[in-house]
Parts: sequence; structure tokens; C-alpha cells
Amino acid sequence: MTAATHLLDPTAERSAAARARVPRPDSLDGLTVGLLDISKARGDVFLDHIDTRLQAQGIQVRRYRKPTFTRVAPTDLRQQIAAECDLVVEGLAD
Amino acid sequence: MPELPDGLIIIAKRECPTCALIEPVLHELAQGSLPLTVYSQDDPDYGAGLPRVIHDETLEQSWRLEVEIVPTLIRVEDGREVERTYGWHRGDWEALSGQQPLGADLPETRPGCGSKTQDPGMPEKLAARFDHGSLASREIELGDAEDVMEACFERGWTDGLPVVPPTRERVLRMLQGTTRAPDEVLGDIPPDLVPCTVEKVAVNAVMAGCKPEYLPVVIAAVEAALSEDFGMHGILCTTMFAGPMVIVNGPISRAIGMNSGVNALGQGNRANATIGRALQLVIRNVGGGRPGEIDRATLGTPGKYTFCFAEAEDSDWGSLATERGFAPDTSTVTLFAGEGVQGIVDQKSRTPESLARSFANSLRAVDNTKLAMAGDAVLVVSPEHHRVFSQAGWSRQRLREDLEQLLLSPGDELLAGADGIAEGLPPSAAGKQIPKFRPGGLLIVRAGGTAGLFSAVIAGWAASGPVGSTPVTKEING
Repeated sequence: MTAATHLLDPTAERSAAARARVPRPDSLDGLTVGLLDISKARGDVFLDHIDTRLQAQGIQVRRYRKPTFTRVAPTDLRQQIAAECDLVVEGLAD
Repeated sequence: MPELPDGLIIIAKRECPTCALIEPVLHELAQGSLPLTVYSQDDPDYGAGLPRVIHDETLEQSWRLEVEIVPTLIRVEDGREVERTYGWHRGDWEALSGQQPLGADLPETRPGCGSKTQDPGMPEKLAARFDHGSLASREIELGDAEDVMEACFERGWTDGLPVVPPTRERVLRMLQGTTRAPDEVLGDIPPDLVPCTVEKVAVNAVMAGCKPEYLPVVIAAVEAALSEDFGMHGILCTTMFAGPMVIVNGPISRAIGMNSGVNALGQGNRANATIGRALQLVIRNVGGGRPGEIDRATLGTPGKYTFCFAEAEDSDWGSLATERGFAPDTSTVTLFAGEGVQGIVDQKSRTPESLARSFANSLRAVDNTKLAMAGDAVLVVSPEHHRVFSQAGWSRQRLREDLEQLLLSPGDELLAGADGIAEGLPPSAAGKQIPKFRPGGLLIVRAGGTAGLFSAVIAGWAASGPVGSTPVTKEING
């Protein structure tokens, strides 16, 4: 796509034109946190620290790993994370 | 628009023989007292040697000057146009410019050519580019990586099928289909009761796949849906099946190529498919009526994607519209809160009496054979079945009157609990003859292919009539 595409809003324009982010939770109490390793070097080291610190607070943690950082997460992995977690932390850089 | 340059303005294009012919005249005009500005729509070298030639490559100036024919000659005083002429007519050019003689070697007159601003599709393209005041809908900018079709799905704008992305250009082209102003408000669309403008209808008509010439039908359908009698809010919210079904009558149905014949209630005709869909998209997008939210249908019906057809009008039988008080040359939409299609197979009846009894038996199944005066119904009579009646001299009205008689039932048979079925009418029905349909609750329409001794019942919402929805017919005008 060379230039941005513009569409005319077909709705009554009661919602924001940009899709809102899911709000950050005020607290992690009772929530399940997913830690997603995108398979970048040393991402696991970073996430291990986060894991330790969250567990110390009594927060439930689940670990996930993408097959490769070069592609978007497979659909089944995204669906699994969405089904099992309330929020997700991923390590993006090495 | 920026102030026009005083003096003379000429808009021309090289490929127009008349523009080429009058090129020497430009040099004569340049000798006069009025400053001359030439806009060339194609060749930057047109009018070479003149002091002020502008290559109007984007056609913005030609569009702003509303040029339809080239060459066009305009005189401007104090930044305002005072006079224009087009084509070549020596006398007019001399009078307008105040110079003579002009083009002494040229013929007296030559017609001009079409301006490039009038090329097919160009007016909408130019309007989309340069006219930012005429549309009020906000623009949604998509991200570079977004697929435009997917973006429409993700924003919740579709009925589950792909939509045509509503670009400015497409919406402006759609609006060419109506004489109404884009900001005209048709009414408040339920369930959110948001004022619905012609422009928003056009945006959704684009998405549904309509051609501009369908837009007047869509607008009339929206107006009918918004009438108090039709009760669109209830139809949308109900746990029952119904959705707004559109029946089109009159010359426009033929002019825009609607299907009233083979497979009239089925797929495959663009006008039928997209007009019904546009109405549903307006309700979804402008009104906010989405399934699972305000739309609480237990099962719904495939007709809620789209349900629209034309009547196969017959001079013998008149039409649904004429029966409802409209002139035969008037185009109308009739909205009906329709469920699905139930076939009536009768390949043996050759008399109107037999066929009417067949119809009546099938019509009893509307809602439940134990219920009456609940849902309306549309009886769609196919041409082969119609012939049985017309050859026997039965009018539409005669058929209805017979059906009304045939559809009277002893209330005792319909009581709750009768026939071992708990569903049924209250005790007050006991001892009475009960009509199946409320007065005015049976509509008869002729449609379908010419082969097949099959007709159809389209059941209405079980809350038909003043309690819920009454069929509404509306004239289509612009």
C-alpha cells in the first residue's frame, strides 16, 4: 500500500475512530499473567526474572514461547494465551 | 477557491480539435488589454509563447471552474466571474473579450469537446480529491499494514460477509443516485435512535454493493423502516425470527433490473441482494443494532442478511402497490417483518377453488396451526398458479376474500390444550369463528419463474399489527 487508505465511517460515530487499548488493570491480584518468550536471545533470562518476582507476590504465571521471533505468533498460540491469561508480558529485544 | 485572476481565462485541451483550431486566437487575445490566463488540461506546450499558460494536470482549476466543455472562455472582474462561453463562436468571443476581429481565418463556429473533468468516473474522483466540505462522515485512516477488507470486518461494520470499502470517491458516486442532499435527515434509526442522514445511507449502500441508481430504493426502504407503524425497534430486538423484507413495485424495479422472475426470492441478482442488505447495514451500523446485543433473535433467519424482491406485476391482477392505493406508474417499497419462505407445492389443482383451499391449509401453519391473529403473512403466488386464478376470472381481491373465508376456524379447535397441544388461544375464543389473520394481515404478491406449480408463504412476525409491526408502503422518490 503506497498511500494510507481512508474510509468513511458508516456508523453513528459514537465510538472512537481509533480502537482503544484494553485498560491496564489496577492490580494483578487474582489475575493470570502470561510470559511470552518470542525466541529472541536472552528473552528467557528477562522473563525468568519477571516470573520470579511475580510468583513472589503470589501471582499465577504461565509461560509461552513462539517458535521464531521472525513471524507473528501462530494462531493456536494466540488463542491459547487469550484463553488462559488476563494479561501478557513479552520480551521484545535481545 | 482562491480569487480568480482578473481578465480572460481559457480552459482547453490539445486533443480537442476546436481547441487546436483556436490556438492562434489566444495570441490575438494576448495582444488585448485584458490579461489572459490559459489552463491546458493535457499538453503543457499548448499555447506556447503566451505569457501565462498553466498546465492543469490535476484538473483542480478546471474542476473548480465547473468546466464541462473545452474551450471555455471566462471573463473575470474583481476576482469574480462575470461571463462565460464555450466552444468557438466568433461573435460570442468578440463580445465577451471586447476584441475584434478574432480568428478572421477561422470558420464562424465550431462546437467544443468534453472537458477532461467529465471523463467517466472523473467527477467523483475530482470531488473526492478537492471537495472536502460536502461530506460530514469522519474519515478513518487505516494503518499501512491493514488489509482494507479485513479492516472493515475488524471494526464490526459487516454482517459477516465482505463489504465494499466505503471510500470518499465511492460514496460521492453513490450520492449521484439521489437528488436528496447528503445532510438530509431521514429519521432516527433504532435502536440507538441516531439521526440517519442520506449520506450515512449512501455509505452503507456502498458497503452493501449497491449501484447509485439503487439508492432511491434504499432511502425509501429506510424511510419505511423508520415509520411508527413498521416498528423497526421491536423487529430488531425480538427473540423471534423476523427481519425487514422489502418488496419493490413500479417502474423502478424494472429500470434497475430487479428480479421478479426465476429464483426471485433467491440469490444472484445484484439489486435484490444489495438493496435488502443495505437496509440491514444501516440498522447495524447507524442504528447500532447488532445480533447478540440488541438483536436478541433466538434463531434469526437467513433473510436478515438480505430479503428483497420485486413483484412480477400483471395487468390482470394489479399489484401489491395499486392494491395499497398507489398509482400503477408510481414506484414503491413495501416493508414487511418477514420470517422465512415456506413452499406450497400443489401440482394438481386446476381450479381456483381447489388451489385456494390448498393455499389456506398451508397458511394455517404461520406461527403455529393453533395460533391465530398473531403473525401476518405474504402469499407469493407464482405465475403458473396465478394462471389458474386469472383464467377463471379470479382477481387478487377475490382470492383474498375466499382465503379469508377458508381461514375461519372454530375457536374450540384452537384453544390452548385442544388436540393435545398446550399452545393455543385463550378460553375467550371458545364458541367463536376465529380468522387466521387480522384484517389487512394477508398480503398477496405475484412473483417467480414461469415454470413450477409452486407458491410460497412468508410468515410475518408473530407480533403483527399495532402491537408490533404493520406492513408499510412508501413511494420511492429521488
